[in-house]
Amino acid sequence: MSDKNNLIVYCEYEDGKVADVSLELLTKGRQLAKDLGVKLEAIVIGDKLKDIEKQILPYGADVVYKVEDKRLYPYTSNPHAAILINLFKEIKPQICLMGATCIGRDLGPRVSSCLHSGLTADCTALEIGGHKDPKTGKEYSDLLYQIRPAFGGNIVATIVNPECRPQMATVREGVMKKEVHDSNHKGEVINLQAKKYVKPEDFVVEIIDRHIEKSKINIKNSPIIVAGGYGVGSKENFALLTELANVLGAEVGASRAAVDAGFTEHERQIGQTGVTVRPKLYIACGISGQIQHIAGMQESAMIISINNDPNAPINTIADYVITGNIEDVVPKLIKYYKKNSK
Amino acid sequence: MSLNIIVLAKQVPDTRNVGKDAMKEDGTINRAALPAIFNPEDLNALEQALRIKDANPGSTVTLLTMGLPRAAEIIREAIFRGADSGIVLTDRVLGGADTLATSYSLAQAVKKIGKYDIILGGRQAIDGDTAQVGPQIAEKLGIPQVTYAEKILALKDGHVTVKRRLESGVETVKAPLPCVVTVNGSAAECRPRNAMRVQKYKLAVTPSEKEKLSDELKARVDARPYLQLNEWGAATVNADPEQIGLPGSPTKVKNIVNVVFTAKESMRLGDNDEEIENLVKELLANHTIG
Repeated sequence: MSDKNNLIVYCEYEDGKVADVSLELLTKGRQLAKDLGVKLEAIVIGDKLKDIEKQILPYGADVVYKVEDKRLYPYTSNPHAAILINLFKEIKPQICLMGATCIGRDLGPRVSSCLHSGLTADCTALEIGGHKDPKTGKEYSDLLYQIRPAFGGNIVATIVNPECRPQMATVREGVMKKEVHDSNHKGEVINLQAKKYVKPEDFVVEIIDRHIEKSKINIKNSPIIVAGGYGVGSKENFALLTELANVLGAEVGASRAAVDAGFTEHERQIGQTGVTVRPKLYIACGISGQIQHIAGMQESAMIISINNDPNAPINTIADYVITGNIEDVVPKLIKYYKKNSK
Repeated sequence: MSLNIIVLAKQVPDTRNVGKDAMKEDGTINRAALPAIFNPEDLNALEQALRIKDANPGSTVTLLTMGLPRAAEIIREAIFRGADSGIVLTDRVLGGADTLATSYSLAQAVKKIGKYDIILGGRQAIDGDTAQVGPQIAEKLGIPQVTYAEKILALKDGHVTVKRRLESGVETVKAPLPCVVTVNGSAAECRPRNAMRVQKYKLAVTPSEKEKLSDELKARVDARPYLQLNEWGAATVNADPEQIGLPGSPTKVKNIVNVVFTAKESMRLGDNDEEIENLVKELLANHTIG
């Protein structure tokens, strides 16, 4: 079974700007659509969408659907879900990609439930390939491989949706790379009538108040990251990492285990279910290196691992491995940086 | 105003203690081989439910979970902390379900419960992190959802007002009842066990657990309806066999690979002053730092 239906990306926007994660997915979607020999489509739902396609088309979209209505911004679940569900019944996309954001993770499941299509969360890679069902022997070509680390650490699972369409996947911001396809790329813009797709009774949830604040923590764009894991041992030791980060002009990151242990804020979590980073230097302190963490930092240009376990898995991908305790090594790094940097 | 509150909870493998036999050959989780805990964010959801109950005397909190028969453990835990009763949805044919088949099965159980004003659950479970089951149940029941809840601010006149914590800030929304609310880990921690309730309910068991008790204890459970936890199967909730378990799951695990990192040529250093100072000098010299 092979279908020539298109691939669609649900684009989020805020303050008139399309979200980075959506542009990253368009970039990946462009490549997947090319592999499949189909069109890349995008959909934006909201208000004041004039010229929004100018931000989307350079990423290679062949079609941009726009659904404009002042009730559609800010985002609420049911109206956006209703539009996607009804539109997908018409245009039958074979693949739908969304950001694994508060919006995508709210919207995706609702749409997939109604259409009975499979949805895989937090993919770290997406590819096209064939599949043979081990039980029925039925063969499929050109499926979306939804690849994600699974469960506890040392495995990566490839998920497929052989029978159901669209094949849906969410991806976190920063996982895919954003790249302009062609700044003069031309595509078709289709304005859809909101009232054709969404009923008045879909507007059930009322937004009373909204405070949008930019996070003060910006680990994604920091050139140097000092990250701590469960092996750091305590909040006090974690303060040492903050000190080193301050000295180096770096940001502090953390593994999930460190966040779960309460050593630092959730916003600092690096990995599959946190932020993906590509700094020029990544100093991993007391991080053992489960695949979920590695997935979010393996493209760092240089990795230093500080760990008292000489066999910590993360050491295999590190450029430098310092075997020792955090409370000994980190103060020395601070001391010798101060001494030699002047 | 008395309300019927359902809390969706999951017994999850403690992902911090995962062994080698954690996965079965078909790529699904071998739950039996793992230490099991109350999914942390479901405890946050339970606390919000208990606060609604406190504010609305006469309300009931029912815990609904799907899993192995031993998931009755988290029902007892919830009852020790203040919930009224619970249901374990357990059946061999429900196994291997993806989020869609899971939400269908749970939605069927909610329909069987029948009366509900609000359904609360954790934002996501730590074994999958998908955050999909809550919204999918809402869709299956045809009711609204409010995800990423941090606090229930008010519940009156058939509406719930919820503060949501999003990556970009905070939002306050008002939704009509009944609806599904999924609760973040940043919400209030769950209250601890109540010693009196532990005493009263420690013998609360499902029918399959009761079978393993001595005759004397069986008689005690039979004499006290509040010790009888519910155990439902796929047939109890009128589940369509086509929509549950592996057959009902649109997503299939194609394969699982163990990750072998392509090892780099690492430079190994000790923690002595000289080696660390040399490293710092090298990093400064090649402008990695400074």
